[in-house]
Order: sequence, then C-alpha cells, then structure tokens
Amino acid sequence: MSKAQQEAIKERSMVLQKDMLAKQFTELSQAKELGKKVVYTFVPGNLTELILSFDLLPVYPEINALQSGMRKKSAAYIRDAEKIGYSEDVCTYVKCDIGMMLNGNIGPTGEKLPEPDLLLLSYTGCYTFMKWFENLERLYPGVPVAMLHTPYQEDGIITQDQVDYMVKQLREEVIPKMEMVSGKKFDMDRLSAMMENSVKSEDLLVKVLESAKSVPTPIDAYFAGVYYIGPIFTAFRGTSEAVEYYQELWNEVQQRAAAGLGPVTPEGELKEEKFRLVMEGPPNWTNFREFWKIFYDMGAVIVASTYTKVGGTYDTGFRHDPTQPLESLAKYCMNCYTNLNLPQRIDLIENYVKEYKADGFLINSIKSCNSFSAGQLMIMREIEKRTGVPVGFIESDLVDPRYFSYANIKNRLESYFQMLEQRKIILAQQ
Amino acid sequence: MKYYLGIDLGSTTSKAVIIDENDQIVGRGITNTRANYKVASDIARDEAVYNARFSILKKKLEKEIQARPAFERYIVDLESMFQYEQFKVRLDKLGEELLKTCKEYFTDEATRDEMIGHLRNIRKEFKPKIKQDYLYNDLGSRNQFFRDIVSEKYNEEVNKLDMSLFEPLMTVWDKSISPAENERVQFDFKELVNKAMVELKKKYDNLPDTKAEGVSVNFDAELNILKGEFEHAEETLRTHINEIAEMEFNISNMTGTGYGRALLPFPQECIRSEILCHAFGAHAIFPNTRTVLDIGGQDTKAIQVDKYGLVTSFQMNDRCAAGCGRYLGYIADEMSISLNELGPMAMKADKEVNICSTCTVFAGAELRELTNLGEKREDILGGLHKAIIMRAMSLIARSGGAFNEFTFTGGVARNPAIVKYLTELVRENYGDQIKINIDADSIFMGALGGALFARRNISATLPNSKQAKNVEQD
Repeated sequence: MSKAQQEAIKERSMVLQKDMLAKQFTELSQAKELGKKVVYTFVPGNLTELILSFDLLPVYPEINALQSGMRKKSAAYIRDAEKIGYSEDVCTYVKCDIGMMLNGNIGPTGEKLPEPDLLLLSYTGCYTFMKWFENLERLYPGVPVAMLHTPYQEDGIITQDQVDYMVKQLREEVIPKMEMVSGKKFDMDRLSAMMENSVKSEDLLVKVLESAKSVPTPIDAYFAGVYYIGPIFTAFRGTSEAVEYYQELWNEVQQRAAAGLGPVTPEGELKEEKFRLVMEGPPNWTNFREFWKIFYDMGAVIVASTYTKVGGTYDTGFRHDPTQPLESLAKYCMNCYTNLNLPQRIDLIENYVKEYKADGFLINSIKSCNSFSAGQLMIMREIEKRTGVPVGFIESDLVDPRYFSYANIKNRLESYFQMLEQRKIILAQQ
Repeated sequence: MKYYLGIDLGSTTSKAVIIDENDQIVGRGITNTRANYKVASDIARDEAVYNARFSILKKKLEKEIQARPAFERYIVDLESMFQYEQFKVRLDKLGEELLKTCKEYFTDEATRDEMIGHLRNIRKEFKPKIKQDYLYNDLGSRNQFFRDIVSEKYNEEVNKLDMSLFEPLMTVWDKSISPAENERVQFDFKELVNKAMVELKKKYDNLPDTKAEGVSVNFDAELNILKGEFEHAEETLRTHINEIAEMEFNISNMTGTGYGRALLPFPQECIRSEILCHAFGAHAIFPNTRTVLDIGGQDTKAIQVDKYGLVTSFQMNDRCAAGCGRYLGYIADEMSISLNELGPMAMKADKEVNICSTCTVFAGAELRELTNLGEKREDILGGLHKAIIMRAMSLIARSGGAFNEFTFTGGVARNPAIVKYLTELVRENYGDQIKINIDADSIFMGALGGALFARRNISATLPNSKQAKNVEQD
C-alpha cells in the first residue's frame, strides 16, 4: 500500500481547520515578538470572545494535551510529570501538560508555546482544574490568576442570582485582570459584535450535529464530532473565520446527506450503517484512530455524544447573546455539559437516544477523569431503564497509553456489537 | 439428525459441546488450552464427537438400560476404557518424544543410556497405575487432562529416584511435553472402542479377584450382577459399538467463542463473543435466569439477560485478572496443592482471614506472611475464596445487580468454596428469594451457547463446508 493510500481521507473542512490551527500555533510561537499577550484557560466554560476582544491569545492546555496524545508524545510527558511527584491517579491531561512544560513547552506542532501572561481559571464542574492552575501558578511565578467560579447546576436550573454572581466576577475579577495584562480598556461593543459571529457559528454547528438524526447519518458525532467542535473552542468562536469554517462544514454535510453518503472516517467512508450509538465520556486520544477503526469495522457510528457538549450545549437552545454579552457568558459557562447535574445529563442522553434513533448507549469511562466518571453507572442504568436500548461500558484513558488495552476494548466492543446484532436477529424471529 | 457444534477456546481450557436439533447436549469435550490453539480446539471437538457417539449408544440402548440398569455402568466403563486407549496412544507419542529429546540432549553415550533406562522404568511403573485409575476410578470422567495425569505420575516416579537425576529427567520432560502436546493425534474410533471392549471384558472376567477387602456385602452383590450381566450384554454392546463407530456424524453448523476465538480456524460469521454465549447457554438450561456470573480463567463477567437469553448489559474485570481462575491456579501452586483440592480445603475453614484480592502476586506474598503468622491454611483459603467473590459482587453490582434467577457459570463454578461464599453473599445482598443455579455443566456453558447460536441464526450452508467434514474423521 502506498503512503498516500495509508493516509486518512480528509474533507475540505478538515483541511481548512488544520490550516487554521497551524496558523494559530505559529502565531502563538511568535506571540512574544509580536507583542501579544497570552491567556491559558480551559475548554469548558471558555471565555473566547472576551479573550479575543482584548486581542489576547488563548492557549488551551487540555487541547495541547490531547494533541500530544494523538501525536504519541504524551507517554514521555506523563512519565516526566510522575518523576517529579505526580501520582499515577492524577488526571493525565494535567500530567501531560506539566510534562510538556518541563520539556520546554514545545506544543503539539513542534513550535514553542509562549509562557502565559494570565492564567484564567474558568472553573466548570471539574475540581482538578483548580489544582491544575495552582500548579501552573507555581511553574510560572508572578503570573496573575483570574478565577471565575461557575456555580454547579445542582438544582438543574440557572437562577438570576447565579447569573448576577458570575457577571460580578467577570466585572470585578476577570475583566480588570484582562485590562491589566492587555493594557486595553474593556470594549463591550466589540464583545457584542463578536457574539454576533458566535451565534452564526453556533447555529451552523447545531445544524451539523443534528444532521445525525437522519438515517443513515452523514456525520459521526463523536470521533469526527471532536473535529467539528475543535476550532470553535480553540480560539475562533466569535471570529469570521469560525463562521466561514462552519459554513463550509455545513455545505459538505448537506452534500453528503443529499447524496446519501455515510460519515467520513480515516479508513474511508462508512458504507453501511449497522449500529447507531450515543456515546458518553471523552475518547481515548493515544489510540484514537485504532479506537475509531473498531467502530468503523463493525459498521457502528456515533450519532450523538456528550463529550462534544463539554464546551457548550447549543443543541438544547443556548446561544451567546449580543444584547447581553456578560450575562450570556455566565449562562454559557453554567450550561456546559460537565456543569449539568446528573438528572439533566440523563435527560439529555435520553433525548439523544430517542431523537437520534440510537440502537445503543455506550460509555467510555476514563480512568483518570473524576468529573466524567462520577455517576456513569447510574446514568447507564437509568438510560437502560428509560429507553430499553442495550448499554455498554468500556474503560480507557485520555492520554496515558498505558491504560489503553486494545485487546480488552476490542473484546468488549465486539461483544457489545454482537449483542446488538443478536438482538436484532432474534427479536425479528420472535 | 443434524448436529451443531460450539467451541469455547478459553484461557485455561478449551471446551466443545455438540447439540442435536432439539437443543439437547449429546457430546462434551474438554482439554487444556495450549500454545497451539488449533490443536486445543481440535482435541476438544474430537472429544465431544467421541462423547456424542457414546451418548447415542446410550440412547440406542435405552430399553436395555431400563431392563438391566447394569448396562448404563458398562457404557460409562466403556467410555472410560476408550479414554484409556486414547491415553495409551498419546503416551506412546510422548514416549517417542522423550526418547528423541534424550538422544539430542545427552551427548555422552553412557548418560544417555542411563537416562533412557530410567525413562523406561518410569513408564513401566506408572502405566499400570493409570490403567487402574481409568478402569476403576473413572479418571476419564473427572476431566483430567493428559498433561496433568502424566506429569503427576512422572513427578511421583522421578521423586523416588536419586536427587541427582531430578534435574536431567525434569529437563527432558519439559523439553518433550510441549511438542507432544501441541501435535494432534489421530485416533481410529472403531479400533479403540473395540480394544476398550476387550479390556472391559477382562475387567468383568476378573472381577472377583480384584474385589477389595472390607467392602460391603451390597457392593459385592452389585459386582456380581455387573459381572453376570456382562456376558449377556457383551454381544449387544459389540453390535452397537460398531454401529455408532460407523455412524455418519453431521455437524451442520458451528460457532467458536472464548478469548482465543479470533484464532479459531472458523469463518468470521461463525465467531461469537463468549459473553453472549455464556448468557445464552445459561439461559437455555435455566430459562428464568436474568443474571449470569461467569468466572473463567482470566476474566469475570457479570451479565444481565432478558427473557430471550439475550444480553442487555455486561460488566467485566478490566486491567487486572486477580480473582479469576488463574488466580486460584497461582494460589494452588504457591501452596503446592492441586487446583481441585483448594475448594475442599477452604470448606474446612473456621474463619475467613482477610485477604486482598486486587493482585494475584501480592496475594501470594500475603499468603506466605499469613502462614508465617500462624494462620491455618484452611482459614487463609477461606479468606481467599471469599475475597474472589467480594470482587465478583462488585461487578454484579456494576452490571445492575442480581434478579430473578442467578446462574453461575465457568470452570470456577466447580469449586465448592466459591459456590458457598457466592451463595452467602448473593443472598446477603439480594435477598433469600433469589434462586441460585449451578449446573454440573457450568464449565461448558460458553460452548453450549455457541452450539445453540449455531443452530439458530447462522444459515445452514457453511461458508467453509470442509470444516464441517473435518469433524468426521473416524
């Protein structure tokens, strides 16, 4: 097989996205020369529009970690973090990130990442985030930290008090620190203008994700889904480039749907859709393609996933609001998947199973991720009870290759798919 | 009549089950899994076919058995003797291998001759003992494998010799047993069953002479009946054994399962996950089963099934196989006792010493430490068995709990102590109402499920019909 054949098939939108990301990393590597200031922050509850409105450049340690995982660099980073005392049980995104910094902070593309000028801790549903940035604070002494506390949706509703509380933090803590670091005055009009772009991107993203409701689906909403959500979070939401990217993506998806084509995978187009699944939990990144291939080989496609909602649950109706920029940032943060309580998550998944006509519900439980793993068994049982679809449970890790056991995962997935298949056959005979 | 085959290639043992059109088990075969998976599955399948022939024989003689119950005993004995005849052929193969190794390994002629002499003596010593075991103790029906039987006897004999001989003789053994075991031996069913018949006749002819002292009068009377009736039965048996030997055996379809399933020489559509097979097998035997626990060699599975026997969810051990069959094997080795003795010894426990079941190797260390502290072996084993079940209980909980009837499958289900603690803990956690099923065929459940699947949902025309024909070789 020639090298060209071995390479994954890419759609135009994927190429576009790759270029956008490459440009982004190059810009980051030149940040200091260009006099740009850098903000390290998280994907869930990200304040991208606000950051960009100050002309600050965001860096997402989570994205760097998963990119390092995909590029087979995470094992060495994790080992180095463990060498200086990080325990085996610590989140591997954290260890990968710390290890990368210990090794000169060379980003996934091979270009050096700039040191932070601001650590923006937009805490959303994950306690580890706090500890992570406490450690970064030590690694970068003197760098200011802005903490934005997002109240958990314990009661399943967002109250006006909670919104006010968050807006207060934005006004009194986050914005002043951004002004200080950037040397610019906060510009509400600029933020509002960006949010108009955000809304356009979000509308398009939702259309793309919801295209998976058709049978067969033209997209994979998990493996490919992480590509679709990529640029929105990694610094582009609120820009015209993001709108352009999503327009391109949406055009492609429409064309695929019109032609009755299945999703694009690295192994080629999925020819026959045999199983439609809803997936909970992050994917494994170190063996991402192998992992995806197991699904591809069995004709399984993910029609909806929760991980793609970590950065926002737009499909349930949320949009950034240019008329109320700060309030909508507050609501956005509180609406991220990891900030939803368990009953809300279950309702969301139940709707996915029903609306996307799924044959099954599958959980990829992550060894080192507490915020995702908590409650998963309860979710699984509840979904089984409410929808009657067969449920499955596999275990792996984010970016620690030691915890990806191909044989075990394949064995379980094979059993799970055979279970779905057998069910179809025997129930048809009854 | 059409027959269907299921093969379960497990990490420790390979099992085969043959069912008929009515889902009734007609043949079972089991052997130890070895480096060559194909040989292991072939042997299991051959054994199942032989066993099926005997069960067909039994069926043919149903009326005779009703009239003369002794007939049933003859068939059991005949199968046992047949197994001994197979054993003899394998032993000859092993003998050749041992001789070959000797010749290659010992370059010095005198040593070589000395070793060959010892090997001859060892063989002379243990062969009659094994024959005796087959003849009178149903060695064959205890699922003891060739490797286990010969290595036990070989060890026994080597230990009687001078210490200096231990190392060279064991080296020769280690070098010979694997090649001997990884080669498939072809048997001529008709020839062996007729030889077995001759041995059987000798056995019953000699009965009064072999009567042990101190046995009850009843037993004596029973022997007399067996002996007396054999003369009448012999002719009938002879006719029928030739008939079953010549009978064409049609395997219409088959399914392979178990952790080695991908390596089975089966077409892709004839391969099923062992989770589905265990559940389906257990459900076929106990139709009210809703929860299945399977403890195999390297994994423990808690499975929920619906009224059709279809899996609705499952949980299995991940990243670590502590608490499975291999764990028990390791512990038995650590204690220098056989795997079969573990359970009965644990049953004698007065208390359960607290033992951690998270790691097999650590459990070994813990065991030595506890022995050192003066804990009784029985109590330590009691604790170990309980620890295994505690681990399984957490999997059961994760899979959703235990409902309705609870069926325990897998090789470990033969261990009485495991059954005891499982029953205790399932009742404690899920109430006294729950019915716990353990079938004598628990180890065959995966293969049975496979055979049931083979009968149900794969088209009757096998993609590779050569495979089906291979089953028939006698």
